[in-house]
Amino acid sequence: MSVKLEFNDETLLCKLNGEIDHHTTLPIRLDIDERIESCRPQTVVLDFSNVTFMDSSGIGLVMGRYKVLNELGGTLEVTGLSDNSYKVMRLAGLDRIANIKKGGSKNGNQ
Amino acid sequence: MVINEFKMTVDSRSVNESFTRATVSAFASQLDPTVEEINDIKTAVSEAVTNCIVHGYKNSVGRIYIGVKIHNDGMVIITIRDRGCGIADIKKAREPLFTTLGGDRAGLGFSVMESFMDKISVRSTINKGTTITLYKKISGRAK
Repeated sequence: MSVKLEFNDETLLCKLNGEIDHHTTLPIRLDIDERIESCRPQTVVLDFSNVTFMDSSGIGLVMGRYKVLNELGGTLEVTGLSDNSYKVMRLAGLDRIANIKKGGSKNGNQ
Repeated sequence: MVINEFKMTVDSRSVNESFTRATVSAFASQLDPTVEEINDIKTAVSEAVTNCIVHGYKNSVGRIYIGVKIHNDGMVIITIRDRGCGIADIKKAREPLFTTLGGDRAGLGFSVMESFMDKISVRSTINKGTTITLYKKISGRAK
């Protein structure tokens, strides 16, 4: 699991890669939060296009970033979800706190 | 009738979460499940094993006992057992969003297991441990 961070036009794009579980989320979360703290983006996009597996730790990852952004006044988008990841997110009602999309991401990845 | 069975024991180290779900789903793949069925099994096993690590054995490392039985009607029964602290109130633990840990734990482990499996059962005794049993009928093979 890894994350690539790109900051452009007040938007922080977080490209997640690999499997998301309890073991892999801690370092990613620290990376993203550090970058949010220093860039103060208006929008954070969590791009799941290259995520191959996700359990409820992924929900924690999204909810946690939502909380951070809520305090700083930014919005959260989640893109590129596979059918399985989308199923997990919907179960948690995350579609109520973030803009959640299946399939291709904002930057054209499929 | 059980037609195949598999058992393993792993240390409750978080690095074993991915190993365990991959191994159990590989064993279940002999039933020719759909991609969705395999993902459902992987996700539920990941939740159960994570519970043993972060709750059962909290600040220590113990053993997680995993058993998988495949029945001739396509039913897969997975048991995941720890000898950790046990669950004080199972009903409460199964409520969505309930968690005894803060941080980024969503409190949805049991909800995910329940919605991805056909049935789950939880048995637990304080200071003795917890056993989770996951039931999933694989439709790919209805003989």
